[in-house]
Amino acid sequence: MDGEELTEQETALYDRQIRVWGVDAQRRLSKAHILVSGMKGTVVEFCKNIVLAGVGSLTLVDSREVTEEALSANFLIPPDENVYSGKTLAELCCDSLKDFNPMVRVSVEKGDISSFGGDFYGRFDVVVISSCSFATKKLINEKCRKVSKRVAFYTVDCRDSCGEIYVDLQNYTYSKKKLDETDECQLQYPSFEEAVAIPWRALPRKVTKLYLAMRVIERFEEAEGRNPGEISIADLPGVLKLKKELCDAQSFNESHVPDALLERLVSDTSEFPPVCAILGGILGQVPALNPLLMQTHFHF
Amino acid sequence: MASHQRSPAIKGAKVLMVGAGGIGCELLKTLALSGFEDIHIIDMDTIEVSNLNRQFLFRQSHVGQSKAKVARDAVLRFRPHISITSYHANVKDPDFNVDFFKQFNVVLNGLDNLDARRHVNRLCLASDVPLVESGTTGFLGQVTVHVKGKTECYECQPKPTPKTYPVCTITSTPSKFVHCIVWSKDLLFAKLFGDKNQENDLNVRSSDAASSSQQAEDVFERQNDEGIEEYARRIYDHVFGYNIEDALSNEETWKNRNRPKPLYSRDVFPEEPSQQNGNMDKNCATDDPLSVSAMASLGLKNPQDIWSLLENSRIFLEALKLFFGKREKEIGNLSFDKDDQLAVEFVTAAANIRAASFGIPLHSLFEAKGIAGNIVHAVATTNAVIAGLIVIEAIKVLQSDANNYRMTYCLEHPSRKMLLMPVEPFEPNKSCYVCSETPLLLEVNTHRSKLRDFVEKIVKAKLGMNFPLIMYGPALLYEVGDDLDEDMAANYAANLEKVLSELPSPVTGGTMLTVEDLQQEFTCNINIKHREEFDEEKEPDGMLLSGWTQAPRVEKDDNKTVGNGGSSTSNASSAMPVEAEEDDDIEIVPIGKKRKLGEISKATNPNLSDVADDDDVLVMLDGENLDVKKKKKLQ
Repeated sequence: MDGEELTEQETALYDRQIRVWGVDAQRRLSKAHILVSGMKGTVVEFCKNIVLAGVGSLTLVDSREVTEEALSANFLIPPDENVYSGKTLAELCCDSLKDFNPMVRVSVEKGDISSFGGDFYGRFDVVVISSCSFATKKLINEKCRKVSKRVAFYTVDCRDSCGEIYVDLQNYTYSKKKLDETDECQLQYPSFEEAVAIPWRALPRKVTKLYLAMRVIERFEEAEGRNPGEISIADLPGVLKLKKELCDAQSFNESHVPDALLERLVSDTSEFPPVCAILGGILGQVPALNPLLMQTHFHF
Repeated sequence: MASHQRSPAIKGAKVLMVGAGGIGCELLKTLALSGFEDIHIIDMDTIEVSNLNRQFLFRQSHVGQSKAKVARDAVLRFRPHISITSYHANVKDPDFNVDFFKQFNVVLNGLDNLDARRHVNRLCLASDVPLVESGTTGFLGQVTVHVKGKTECYECQPKPTPKTYPVCTITSTPSKFVHCIVWSKDLLFAKLFGDKNQENDLNVRSSDAASSSQQAEDVFERQNDEGIEEYARRIYDHVFGYNIEDALSNEETWKNRNRPKPLYSRDVFPEEPSQQNGNMDKNCATDDPLSVSAMASLGLKNPQDIWSLLENSRIFLEALKLFFGKREKEIGNLSFDKDDQLAVEFVTAAANIRAASFGIPLHSLFEAKGIAGNIVHAVATTNAVIAGLIVIEAIKVLQSDANNYRMTYCLEHPSRKMLLMPVEPFEPNKSCYVCSETPLLLEVNTHRSKLRDFVEKIVKAKLGMNFPLIMYGPALLYEVGDDLDEDMAANYAANLEKVLSELPSPVTGGTMLTVEDLQQEFTCNINIKHREEFDEEKEPDGMLLSGWTQAPRVEKDDNKTVGNGGSSTSNASSAMPVEAEEDDDIEIVPIGKKRKLGEISKATNPNLSDVADDDDVLVMLDGENLDVKKKKKLQ
């Protein structure tokens, strides 16, 4: 925490993970400041993981009230009205997360995530947002990119048993060891806007159908002015129509985006807990500096 | 609520979890969130501080309490209406018999040792309950599905057994740091502080396998009027000085090896003994024997530092002095415990001094502790991912969705753009002695080997049976049980001491023995073949068992050996290296390749036909949008 050396308490607590990533990485972790918005299942898993790992601080943003859906994949909130009544999701999660590791500063930031200015985002090293509209994601990504220091930006969305993580590390330098020499490589990530604007035909064939399906749904919700996830089976005809339009506009073969997948994604928008655990786990490894998870998208 | 969560298969399922640790905590949480309502959980351990970085259901205030019980209480807080039954017990207890297992629809393992896994595997086969196995180490992990008759059982594929080293390597010709640790822990520490009646190879010469003489025995005993400092230096000089010189006298050993340097305290310590005393006062204030520390006494604060030969030597003497000064009562009864700070300090120092003598690089206390304590490195995220995968497979099992069962491997490095690699399970191995009941072959000198050797080294150690019953035809040669008739018990005791050919029903070449474990409901037939001679080095047990799937060892020679910690292995099973060793090439035992040993892991070279197609869940990485620039090469 303060000072350069890990305290005795930290060494004892973090012993097993220091054996995985080393003392230096642990020290860097303890200086990292993370911002998280949208306290749903996957994000909650991610928060649990990084608090256990020992980040410097974690700031939560989510001013929504507790609903049954919010409780379904969230193990941080006791289903007791006496406890949760009157508190926001962020506040309730904050109380529980503090317990996992008293050495991490967990706090709540009130307000709407899209209203914060660039200097707000500059306080953080990593920003993870979820349950946001396409426009909001774009907006926050731009703000993060404008900050002079590098702010790593992630979005994560989980619908039914599918999930997507988007990664933007801007310019990222790393060393790759090969036999006798060490190459220094640099990755240049596209912004969120650039990434989704890539014409589908230009994407490699192996890109999953899930990526394309998510883009269609995203556009649909945007066009209809819906909140993310505010979609149902009744919308399927509209979604399929939009898919056709988008594909035609790009001269892209419709069959690459299966109707069955779209149907699945609109019928069940609640999160599937095992997938939350998997995505939250993978995302949780990134701040732990696993250098190989540096692609733009993850799909499950 | 998601449709799958409302599934009757989930709601009505009765699930058994074995293990409430790293995987267990994540698994229990995910099961509860996924709609499971009847969960039983077995774990014999209590909570330790080092668990708290990942076993998130536990708090500092829970240290010392039962993992199963605390995990249950924590999960009930966010799912108060489900049923969780906890057992603070060893899964090998006779209470957990086939009838117990039969009540469950699926068994989920989150264990950390091979022994328990084999035991559960057999019980699942006997009770015909599907088993979902798993393991993690660091960023690596895997989930496998085992359904009797449909897929391989857990033991169809060879699993790495704990690494052991030849005795002479440990006592005379170490070449790696781990050899020094084993010497320091299992020989020196045991000799000085452990049971005096235990056999100990400490003074074995490299050329002569005969055990130590009466004179050597006296060397380690502290004389009545000998001061602690004097005694400590004498031991130092004996094991690091005299013993080395003695070994050097055998030219043959060193023809092709680097000769070690004898080290004497008078050369290592520049000052007089009286100036060497550490600050014992730092240790006086506390009564707690476990907090006594040579490092504290000498002002060496950082466990990550690599101490010099002088510092290690100081720690060695100081630790010895502290054991005799503050913990005298325990001497003679101590066994090495990785959480015993002073023991770890002593073992580290001794190993480092020996390493210095043999030209092997020294290691920090942190590293030494990991090796000596067989510590498995672990993080929360891998366990979370694996737990998610376990639940997904469990649901498939409950819905009898057999075509979609997958073994999933969580890789450290993405391969073919996949981080999680799913593979279809294989059919049962027809020569698996566990699930296919193939008979085994035992070569043994029936006139020399006793029944006791057979029971201890073959039936218990190799076959993993806990409560064996041995029959030759209708004749009961041996059994274990609480309710044995006095006469029978005496009979069995007598049998143990007889050589095979002189048993009441003589066991000679050409006969077949039947061995059973009633709790595991596991039966095995063993054909006996008489053989006169056995190689003392390669087959020190005088018995050779074949036809069973033995894991390939990394070291070429199969000498009978001193192990580094016995039965426990890491969390992971087949794909993972067993112990954290820095120098060895990590050999990954093949998984997913049918019954061929010694091949490269499928995780790095998957066969296209075996990897699930696009419709399956897997994690794909899309990096094509990235602009990768290679900058200058670093020298």
